[in-house]
Amino acid sequence: MPAQVGLLAGRAIKRILRNPAQMIFPILFPLILLAVNASGLDAATSLPGFPSDSYLDFALAIPFMQGALFAALNGGQDLARDIEGGFLDRLAMTPMSGAALLAGQLGGALFMGLISAVLYLVVGLAFGVGIATGFAGALVLLLLSLAVSTAFACFGTFVALRAGTGEAVQGFFPLFFVLLFLSSAFFPRDLIEQDWFRAIATYNPVSYMVEGIRSLVIAGWDGQALAQAFVIAGLAIVGFLALSARALRTRLVRT
Amino acid sequence: MSTLARTRSVALAVAWRNIHNAFKNPAILLPSVMFPLFFFVAFAGGLSGVQNVEDFDFKSGYTSFQFAFVCIQAAAFGGVFTGFSIAADFEFGFARRLLLAAPNRGGIVAGYVIGAMVRAVFVLSIVFAAGLISGMRVDGSLGDLLALLALALAISATSTLWAAGIAMRMRSMQAGPVMQMPVFILLFLAPVYVPLNLVAGWVHDVARYNPFTAALEAARGFVSGEPTKVAITAACLAAMFTLAVGWARGGLHSAERAG
Repeated sequence: MPAQVGLLAGRAIKRILRNPAQMIFPILFPLILLAVNASGLDAATSLPGFPSDSYLDFALAIPFMQGALFAALNGGQDLARDIEGGFLDRLAMTPMSGAALLAGQLGGALFMGLISAVLYLVVGLAFGVGIATGFAGALVLLLLSLAVSTAFACFGTFVALRAGTGEAVQGFFPLFFVLLFLSSAFFPRDLIEQDWFRAIATYNPVSYMVEGIRSLVIAGWDGQALAQAFVIAGLAIVGFLALSARALRTRLVRT
Repeated sequence: MSTLARTRSVALAVAWRNIHNAFKNPAILLPSVMFPLFFFVAFAGGLSGVQNVEDFDFKSGYTSFQFAFVCIQAAAFGGVFTGFSIAADFEFGFARRLLLAAPNRGGIVAGYVIGAMVRAVFVLSIVFAAGLISGMRVDGSLGDLLALLALALAISATSTLWAAGIAMRMRSMQAGPVMQMPVFILLFLAPVYVPLNLVAGWVHDVARYNPFTAALEAARGFVSGEPTKVAITAACLAAMFTLAVGWARGGLHSAERAG
């Protein structure tokens, strides 16, 4: 089985590397938004109770989320293309196991997620962001970022397997951007003035993923924030992976 | 039939088709309505605490402050979405038949621009209604609001011409990011969240020379009933519109040469 996973993951990674456009936009766009927001909202750091002196430090968590989203979107679309092009059908006639297929497909998204996370961390450090938890915190940050990428990628895999079209995958992803914008990603929850928005942000699981990553950068070791982020990412991975496995079985039965 | 009459006839036919398609197919119209509404909710709701920053001096409140941005953004992105429709028309072969059939091809571009402007009026009405429902304060007079509408329509026309130039050169839906990204970047390199004097770093330097900054400040002036930078905005938009006309004309020639 590891050999099967390796083969499929290698294929997914090669497919990304051979199409640089698939890498450049997902990596660049979050950085542009970060640069713009860091200047545009820096004045907010003068508000009493704002948890950081620099908005760049505060907002560094956002690219990690966006990078994970784009990686998952690309992974989902690649899988949908495999379904549309008949590759999955041909694969179904080989002894390849379903678990290996899922793990292999996730490999590409994880690769993209890792590359973009490392890049965001390096860019952040280059522009003066200090990681409050030090080197160990940076490693945990990458680990958490990978967990978030995996969670989103599992969702992308599920949609691709369930719907079988790239359009469906594309259509679902704006939902995640809505969730990101309606979270505490851009402003601390306790400083959000509108009660309805604060309520949405509080019930929005994306807020906790962002806050987990952010805590490592600006607050130091915060066990609760980290536990919440890892648990939510973990639950999403388990849930969407189970749904993906079921969708894969259904799809293979259909073929 | 005079040249002008032929152009008008083509323009109205293309505009009608564009509007008809948009209103008949929600998948076309929905993104241009949902995106501005979503940004409005996210920015006015989530970032309203920013108005407590010292030196934030917009008297009508943060919802109105963001409403002006959303108007400009909706108008600009409406043009880009029309560019997507033009690219789709080329991809599915309709645009080539249109080029063959139209006695005056400039009318085709004019038609797309009119269509985009009608769509912009519809989207802006919805955003305005959403703003009023959410308690937005409008201190500007009816004249100010009409001036805001005129400003938004000028931006819509300019961005449609920009997107049309790309769509007619690339003639593929893959041109989408090329149309969208420059508009997105220009918009967000303006003082989106706070007034210009509170924007920090390099974005402040860029924003000072960004024509969208003047347009945004003028829009906010109309909403608050204290029009500002109207002349410079009109001049910037006139220059951008003229350049965009040339750009779209070049795109049309490129599409004609491609056959």
